[in-house]
This record gives sequence, C-alpha cells and structure tokens, in this order.
Amino acid sequence: MGRKLLMKGNEALAEAAIRAGCKLFFGYPITPQTELSEYMAKNMPKRGGLSLQAESEIAAINMVLGASAAGARVITSSSSPGISLKSEGISYIVGSDLPCVIVNVQRAGPGLGGIQPSQADYFQATKALGHGDMHFIVLAPASVQEIATLTGEAFDLADIYRMPVMILADGALGQMMEPVDFEEKKHREIPEKTWACTGTKDGRPHNIVNSLIIEPNELESVLEERYKRYAEIEEKEVMYEEFMTDDAEIIVTAFGITARIARTAVTAAREKGIKAGLFRPITLWPFPTKRLRELADKADRFLCVEMNKGQMVYDIKLATECRKPVDFYGRTGGIVPEPAEILNELEKLTGKGKE
Amino acid sequence: MAGILLAGFGGQGILFAGKQLTKAGMDAGKQVSWLPSYGPEMRGGTCNCSVNIDDKPIGSPLVTAPDILIVMNLPSLDKFEKKVVPGGCVFIDSSLVPKTCERTDIRAYYIPATKLADEAELNGLANVIMLGKVIRETGIFDYEFFRNELLTSAPKSKPQLGELNAKALKIGYDG
Repeated sequence: MGRKLLMKGNEALAEAAIRAGCKLFFGYPITPQTELSEYMAKNMPKRGGLSLQAESEIAAINMVLGASAAGARVITSSSSPGISLKSEGISYIVGSDLPCVIVNVQRAGPGLGGIQPSQADYFQATKALGHGDMHFIVLAPASVQEIATLTGEAFDLADIYRMPVMILADGALGQMMEPVDFEEKKHREIPEKTWACTGTKDGRPHNIVNSLIIEPNELESVLEERYKRYAEIEEKEVMYEEFMTDDAEIIVTAFGITARIARTAVTAAREKGIKAGLFRPITLWPFPTKRLRELADKADRFLCVEMNKGQMVYDIKLATECRKPVDFYGRTGGIVPEPAEILNELEKLTGKGKE
Repeated sequence: MAGILLAGFGGQGILFAGKQLTKAGMDAGKQVSWLPSYGPEMRGGTCNCSVNIDDKPIGSPLVTAPDILIVMNLPSLDKFEKKVVPGGCVFIDSSLVPKTCERTDIRAYYIPATKLADEAELNGLANVIMLGKVIRETGIFDYEFFRNELLTSAPKSKPQLGELNAKALKIGYDG
C-alpha cells in the first residue's frame, strides 16, 4: 500500500486520471465539479499534459472526440446541466467507437436546478444520454478511494471496448475529503489503437473515424457488431458489492453516496433484529441483473433508496422480474437522506424494530 | 467515535480547522471524512463543515447530530445547538458569540478565541485556538500528536505557519 493522502473526490478523480496516463482534459467549469477542472489546470501542464477550458461544454466534448480519434487518453468533466449540453457529442463518440472518460458530478435538476448533491441523472446516464441505439459503461463510486480506483479502471475499459465510460458521482462525493491510496488499481492489458488517426506516413491505408453511415444495411450491421460488444461487457464487466445479504429478508438497493448511508441504516436495522442487507451496483450499465434475480429468490422484499424521485427502482423491478415487492424511498432537490430515514422505512416495511 | 460540526463565518478558517482534525484522524489510523458546506458561501457569509472520525466505515459524510459542535458566530449557535446529541459538547468563541448555551443536557465550553488570537498577534488563528480547547476538554487527540500534525501540515515553503499554528494551539489548550 502506498501513502494515504487526504483529498476531495474531485481532486482524487483528476489525479487518478493523470496517473492513468491521461494527457488531455477539456472542460468548462460548473459547481460542484470545478475542483476537478482546477486540479487539471494546475497539474496537467506540469506533467506533460494539457488542460483546456473550452468556450462551452459542446466545444469541450467535440475536442474530446477529436483527441480520442487521434488515439489520446482524454477526459472531460461537468455537472448535470453541462452533461446535457454534451449529449450530442457523446452520441457521436459512441457512433464513432471512440474511447474517453466522461465525469458527471451530479447536482439537482431539472434545468439549472440547484447545486447540492443529487442522483437524478440516473435515467440520463443509463438509458438515453444521446440519440440512437447506444450504451456506454457507467461506474458509480461510493467513496473517494473508489473514485480513484474506478477512474483508472474507466480509462482501461474505454480503451478495451472502444466506448465512452462515465463516472457518475455527485456533489457530496466530489466535495468531500477522504483518505485515498493511488496504488490500488489492478493492471489490464490494453489493445493497441490501430484504428487511430495518427498519420499514415505512407505506410498504411487511411484510418477513418466517422459516425455517418447512410446505407441502412451497413448501419444495421455496424450496430449488430457493437451490440455484440455490449453483450460481452454485460457478461464480463458487471461490478457490485453486497453487505449482509446472505440471510437478508429485506434488501436495500442503492448506488453511490446513498449506498454508504444505507449501509449505516442496515447496520442499525440489524441491531434492532431486522434482517436487512445492502446491494450496491457499482456498474449501473452493465446492470447487475443476474445477481439481483438470484437475490429475488432469497429475500422477501427490496427497498430502493436514491437521491431522486425513483429511477434505478425500475431496473430493480426489471432485474427481479417483480418476483418480490420493490419499494422506493428517495430525497431529491439536493437533500442527502439520513440513515434514520432509511431505518424508519425498513421498520415500516418489515413491521419490526419499533417497540 | 465522533461526528464533529464546525461552523462560523467564511474566512475564519472553519474548513481549515476541520481539515486538520480529519488529517489527524487519518494519521491516527481512523476512518475519516470531511465535507464542506458549499454553494453561495463567501468571505463573511456562513460556512460549516462536517468531520467524521470513527473506527467503523463512515456512512453519511454529513454530520446532522454532532457529538462535538464548534461555533464561531451567533447564527451557527442558534442553528446547530439543538442538533447536538445529548451528552455531547459545544465549544463557543465567546468573544464573538454574546450568548450562552441554553441546553443543560450538553456540556458547553467558552473561550474568547478571537480576542486571545488578537492579543497574541495571531490574527486569523482563532480557529486553531478553538481546536486547542477541544483537544484539552475532549481528549480526542493527544496534544503532542496534534501539535506535530499542525507542524507537518504547513507547506515546506512556509514552515513558520506551522509554528504559528502550534502557538495558537497552546493558547487554546492552556486557556
């Protein structure tokens, strides 16, 4: 283990990206993500990279597209409204089979919304960030340490599968400081970027990066190939964490910052004799469907807790095929739920714990 | 072990003081988290931060029911006094807060930190004086250990800052 540093989530993400060999950052500042841009501006030039504040989010994401097409490891970051602006570019990046890392430090929406923490972009991140048949990998860290570890992983996954990887954080994770150790990342084999537009030097045919395919049959077959890759990712790259699910009668499902708050509630529930457990998806796409289906055979019911009005809850219902009741509890608008609120829901649903 | 809430005006070093407690907790091998209030805060506006120091993994980084409350202005005392857990304690900069704690189920400690800082020509280090008092009364950290944390936290280019912080810590600890 290396030396632990005390860092903000935003800073740890930037540092982990630089350590992962990312040389280019394009972004436009927005609360609560700005320390990430700031860290990049300060540190990229010192470490052989470039950090550029673009004139807009739309410009930034298209710079990412260009840099990625040239074979660079590249990252952009923003918060909810800024991510909406990037959506067209992200669809183009998916359509061009280009790797990159996109960070969303979520704040409350819709519109300009508020600047406090939120998880209300779950639908956007996992279902429809951009037009067309598309997916990209979505990673949801729950601590500053995990932000660092998953950032390194995100670059590898992007390069291996040639697609964007989103790190879906929130204002609390971005702003909070926790100890972080940058040595914890496992090594992966990365394929050579033979497709990148790096100049042929008259030695090979031109590489062309493009998302326009006019001929329907050709476009369909490109999509079929891409969906084979998606199937492989769903098979190999699912990540989740379980806490006391073995004998759990009620399983709380939560991701990101909400999951750690739920964990405190689950521990408190156990002390009151409620057999509660926690299931935390780390990859939101690919979603841990298979494991949830297994758990649906064991547990009596589920409680999905989110910082929104109920978004992941649909994926829990789909994954469990509605075999068991799935309830929802959420706070929104920038409110972070307290463990006591979740404990109260567990008591209500199980009819236990209250003397 | 402890949920700590520090609150005051922007510019008083509330976030810095919280960070020093967090770093000391980390170096003492504990689980720690630090979360600032963020948003339209500015110098002179209100500001607070949540610090968790625990043996177990930390759930919510927000401290909504502090074991230890450190306040450096009146609005913060009014806002957070009622949230302290019964049996917890509140530390009040009595040179800035013209009021005493109303609750009887928590321990209240008063120290005129800002006045003491001015008298010792340690302008802006009332925050560290508050920490000295906290360490004295709660025993959350060993004095010498925490003093060393302050000394080693100073940037290498400005080691005198560490010395000034250590001086302020002593004033709070003795006061």
